[in-house]
Amino acid sequence: MPIKINFPTPSARPGETPDFSRYDFPEPGALPVPPLDITAEDTLEYANSLIRVLDDDGNAVGPWADYLGEEGNDDVLLEGLRDMLKMRAIDARMLNAQRQGKTTFYLQCTGEEAIGCAFQRQLNKGDMNFPTYRQQSLLVAGGYPLKDLFGQYYQNENDPLGGRQLPTLHSAKDYGFFTISGNLGTQYVQAVGWAMAAALTGTDNIAAAWIGDGATAASDYHSAMVTAAVYKPPVILNVVNNQWAISSFNGIAGGTAATFANRGVGYGIPSIRVDGNDFLAVLAATKWATERTRNSHGPVVIEWVTYRVAAHSTSDDASAYRPKDEADAWPLGDPVERLKQYLIQRGKWSEDRHKQGEAEIMDEVIAVQKESEALGTFINPQYLSPSAIFEGVYEEMPEHLKRQRQEMGA
Amino acid sequence: MAKMTMIEAVRSAMDIMLEKDPKVIIMGEDVGYFGGVFRCTAGLQEKYGIERVFDTPINESAIVGMGVGMATQGMRPCVEVQFADYMFPAYDQITQEAARIRHRSAGQFSCPMTIRMPTGGGIFGGQTHSQSPEALFTHVAGLKVVQPSSPVDAKGLLIASIEDPDPVIFLEPKRIYNGPFDGHHDAKSVGWATHPLGEVPEGYYKTELGKANVFREGEAVTILAYGTMVYVAEAAVKETGIDAEIIDLRTLLPLDLETIVESVKKTRKCVVIHEGTRTSGFGAELIAEVQEACFYHLETPIVRVTGWDAPYPHAQEWDYFPGPKRVGRALVETVEA
Repeated sequence: MPIKINFPTPSARPGETPDFSRYDFPEPGALPVPPLDITAEDTLEYANSLIRVLDDDGNAVGPWADYLGEEGNDDVLLEGLRDMLKMRAIDARMLNAQRQGKTTFYLQCTGEEAIGCAFQRQLNKGDMNFPTYRQQSLLVAGGYPLKDLFGQYYQNENDPLGGRQLPTLHSAKDYGFFTISGNLGTQYVQAVGWAMAAALTGTDNIAAAWIGDGATAASDYHSAMVTAAVYKPPVILNVVNNQWAISSFNGIAGGTAATFANRGVGYGIPSIRVDGNDFLAVLAATKWATERTRNSHGPVVIEWVTYRVAAHSTSDDASAYRPKDEADAWPLGDPVERLKQYLIQRGKWSEDRHKQGEAEIMDEVIAVQKESEALGTFINPQYLSPSAIFEGVYEEMPEHLKRQRQEMGA
Repeated sequence: MAKMTMIEAVRSAMDIMLEKDPKVIIMGEDVGYFGGVFRCTAGLQEKYGIERVFDTPINESAIVGMGVGMATQGMRPCVEVQFADYMFPAYDQITQEAARIRHRSAGQFSCPMTIRMPTGGGIFGGQTHSQSPEALFTHVAGLKVVQPSSPVDAKGLLIASIEDPDPVIFLEPKRIYNGPFDGHHDAKSVGWATHPLGEVPEGYYKTELGKANVFREGEAVTILAYGTMVYVAEAAVKETGIDAEIIDLRTLLPLDLETIVESVKKTRKCVVIHEGTRTSGFGAELIAEVQEACFYHLETPIVRVTGWDAPYPHAQEWDYFPGPKRVGRALVETVEA
């Protein structure tokens, strides 16, 4: 018999019925909160299961809800809901702006808002995220000025990066947001080094590395995992499993062979798997992970299970490779809807206030967007000095760059 | 002053910088307890502790990637890639990350990191212990590329590299770690102990990056060289009796064009030599720059003597390595042309 090999294919293609039966998610509240110094081996059940807090009726249940305690009070959650709505409003506006040609490119994070918005709440000043291009929610929840965000999208005088970077590749050192690179996975191992330096220089700051399910296949994912396991620096190794890497379902990244959290256990790093659409679960798991790393118990892997609702980017048509209604069939639902339901259940929110809140937030976003557009967009570009091309290549401009600048006439 | 080999000079530079700046750390494969496969870091872990000098997993991308993370926080990592031939897994981190972080973040982050790599052939290293990949770095905006040719320069340039605010690729020609080598492989090897450039100040000093050294003054032709090839050039000059001016570039990027142009305008002839392969090698850049700046002064075509466009062989080491005979022939042809 000839030997056969395997080519994973997604459970449904365009025109077919979405099918997530490969996932068998446990009931919310099923998993206890492990001790901060748990060994990798003892996290195996966490790596294969799912930490969930919010049940289908919008109640917070189980030990992780108790563990969160006052840090997940109604005020915190209302702010979290506003952050997610703001993120969603920005995504909606920028998608349209790109379609109108006002910017060249945009990436939405629809469906993944809870992860960044809740995670950021547990970070301290001086901590550093090493984000991918789909963690803009960290900036929004971190109070990053929207004028800077839009300035970068429109490449006008408000762009902190002076027109050097593709829209969405932000950098915001003061907000704990490392400069994003287009090269996937590279920041994952840089986060390990940054966390080592944070420890070696005697700070109590931690690093948060971010990567998507697809990019875990990149070699720097392994580089980060092995070095994190060796030196045990204070780094949270986040894997955002949104099921899709452009057109490739996560089975192409090895995701159907084992969970992404499971890999962490293999490296000897305690690893947990969390409902990424459950704001309270994200908040609680992040609290646990930050406490663990700050207390010198070493790194931790968190696989956030979620679903990429939007197309990969404005250059992508997701209906070409997956069912159009797949997001609606996603078993973990929508993070905004679930938190909203919880707050309504608690008597702290209502459908009317939600509608009103959404409208207010949209107005706020539109106001900043319009101010930014007045300073220049891709349709109506603002003059950015071409000499900026040569600045910052080195700290001091070498002779050959001065000659080239002169040649350009800038 | 003390007698030092290039190994000792490199070690002394790191020793001084570890002492001077608590933000300097050394890491790489086997650099810690063992002191490096070339002994360049011997004794440093014992002296400064495992938190300052430590071993890494065998993963060049991790070594450089961790270094980037550290450097962007203000540390000054001086990391080692065991052989320049093994830098390729780190090429992504070097070219897309370290080199660009300052520019792409508009100065929010910077990467003051030094990456040391033993480079070059002439040691029967075969395909993966002999390469000279400098052209793969000089093509990258944002990097500085340095290659010393002597103990005294190695120390001064390495201290300057570690203190430099930008990422520096520091290529150490391993053939001349223990003594100068002029390509006469049959001759008895000599150590740095008897060579004037093996006289090295014991304390702190810097050799400025971006400045070439006129290694030998001459009138007949300008030779542009770096690393081991400086001594090959010296031997060829001696054997042909041609009064060539040898310029040791020391820093390849940014290039000291001023010193080069001044020399070529004087001699009106130029020979470029390097161990690395010819096509798109660094010599091509040198020739282009000299041609552009000195066209009306040049009396003959600029000639280059380089490694052949083939992977570095093992048994045919001396047919591949551009030795004094080949360099001498180029000098004679150029001067007599």
